[in-house]
Amino acid sequence: MPFDNPQSDDAPLDTSKRRGVGAEAAAQLPDGKGDTVVANTVTIARPVADVFAHFRDFNNLPGFMENVDRIDVLDSTRSHWVVKAPAGRTVEWDARITEEQRDRSIAWTSEEGADVANSGRIEFRDAGPRGTIVTLTIVYDPPGGVIGQFFAKLFQREPKIQARRDLRRFKQLMETGEVATPAMNPKQFEEMGL
Amino acid sequence: MKALAWHGKHDVRIDNVPDPEIVNPRDCIIKVTSTAICGSDLHLYDAYIPTLQKGDILGHEFMGEVVEVGPKSTLKKGQRVVVPFTISCGSCYHCNKHQYSACPNGLPADNQDLGMELYGTEMAGLFGYSHLTGGYAGGQAEYVRVPFSDVGPIVIPDGVEDDKVLFLSDILPTGWQAAEYAQIEPGDTVAVWGCGPVGLFAVQSAFLQGAERVIAIDHFPHRLELAKKFGAETINFEETATYEALMEMTGGIGPDAVIDAVGLEAHGLFVDNVVDQVKASLFLGTDRPHSIRQAIIACRKGGRVSMPAVYGGFVDKFPLGAFMEKGLTLKTGQTHVQHYMPALLNAIMEDKIDTEFMISHRLPLSEAPKGYDLFKNNQNECTKVVLKPGLDR
Repeated sequence: MPFDNPQSDDAPLDTSKRRGVGAEAAAQLPDGKGDTVVANTVTIARPVADVFAHFRDFNNLPGFMENVDRIDVLDSTRSHWVVKAPAGRTVEWDARITEEQRDRSIAWTSEEGADVANSGRIEFRDAGPRGTIVTLTIVYDPPGGVIGQFFAKLFQREPKIQARRDLRRFKQLMETGEVATPAMNPKQFEEMGL
Repeated sequence: MKALAWHGKHDVRIDNVPDPEIVNPRDCIIKVTSTAICGSDLHLYDAYIPTLQKGDILGHEFMGEVVEVGPKSTLKKGQRVVVPFTISCGSCYHCNKHQYSACPNGLPADNQDLGMELYGTEMAGLFGYSHLTGGYAGGQAEYVRVPFSDVGPIVIPDGVEDDKVLFLSDILPTGWQAAEYAQIEPGDTVAVWGCGPVGLFAVQSAFLQGAERVIAIDHFPHRLELAKKFGAETINFEETATYEALMEMTGGIGPDAVIDAVGLEAHGLFVDNVVDQVKASLFLGTDRPHSIRQAIIACRKGGRVSMPAVYGGFVDKFPLGAFMEKGLTLKTGQTHVQHYMPALLNAIMEDKIDTEFMISHRLPLSEAPKGYDLFKNNQNECTKVVLKPGLDR
């Protein structure tokens, strides 16, 4: 049941059952936009500097983000994203880094004219002998509202599921140097996607 | 290559499929020389495990010769290796703690969703055991792609026969871990439900770990005889009231530790079991947990319950009250195979553990479907079927 009262506990915002948390999450981001929030967290058994460095080179991201077709780095803060959408389509936007703290966090927001307005933050926390805790938060406007979300889920491209899978693949890549696959040969691996 | 593929309930066939190739840098390819049918393969055969697909290659107990290596593999062509059934990376938090079967890195991210829904966490990647555990092709085949080959497979010295070491892949470490989880102290009496391969290795392991007495419970006379051979006292539950017998055999106290090596498809005509069978067939419950109920009721107060048996879903009438009032401890889980392999290989080489007695049937791979039928329908004599692709060549 959604509630209208303000948050009374310490739980992450995306786990809240209250109404309107998407807008609250957007308000916590520099130039945040979107009304739906999804987030996921993994612990990666590597030093925070390594994990941050791998993620900060956006050319590495399609290596574990299955839905990202292509990222063109435009300059030190701007990049162009081409992302798979349901039914074989793609959505595109320009993203701008709004805040960056080395080995700590990167926040971004989409520029005017984005197919899907979105913003978010990825945080890296030193977890001592356990490595690095990585939290990805995305705030976005779901295309076509509830029906769009239903179809996205049907095609398994819903941001919530994607965020979890992408972070799990990031973890695998950082910890093992590989992304796990049951493929029997490289061609099949190609066809199956990440 | 030829491989044993699942096509439906009680329908497995030898299919012709493309040979596997190196995909990831740490992979190797092995040419299978021996591969066993596991009791847990019968859960697949009986269609108790969801997410199997037509054409899935089964088998998670296998060994063979390395024929191809990826650039990051540490193995060499020509080496003979036994492969652990869990696909564990060796470098994550869990692997560093030697909790290999908890490794999340062998399971493709897309296959983690169902485990998250069912169990609140992803499962480990396993060979040949449904898409819940990764959809990896299994070892009942001529060739297998083995991921993380730099940390998983154990190299077998020349001159040691396959039949002696094959069970390092699963059931020997599983039986050993079951005994370890029973936290045996000197003078203890340990009761083992189920004298299948895991139960029989648990009997041997319990003695090696210091148990004074082991009581083995089953209804197949031949399996009970094997347990007796290793020094166990036996209870045939078809002829004997198990709880009453256990009480009298342990001075009215109950066994200090109990091991459930039966699991989700318990046999026997007991009221709860029949109800469970009906429920399972109507999908009101998924498992038939008679043995774990009985083990909990029989265990002495403050005792230990070890559960190597496989359960997949929900159980009804779990005696939680007895479990609490008696102050029991339960340890369970998939086996951390890699943790136990080196020491158990030594124990085999030093003849401390007998493994070959287990094998009742050796068949060519082409007769694998017959092997499944035998193992399913003649459990008294058929203790273990080992498939040898070489017998077809």
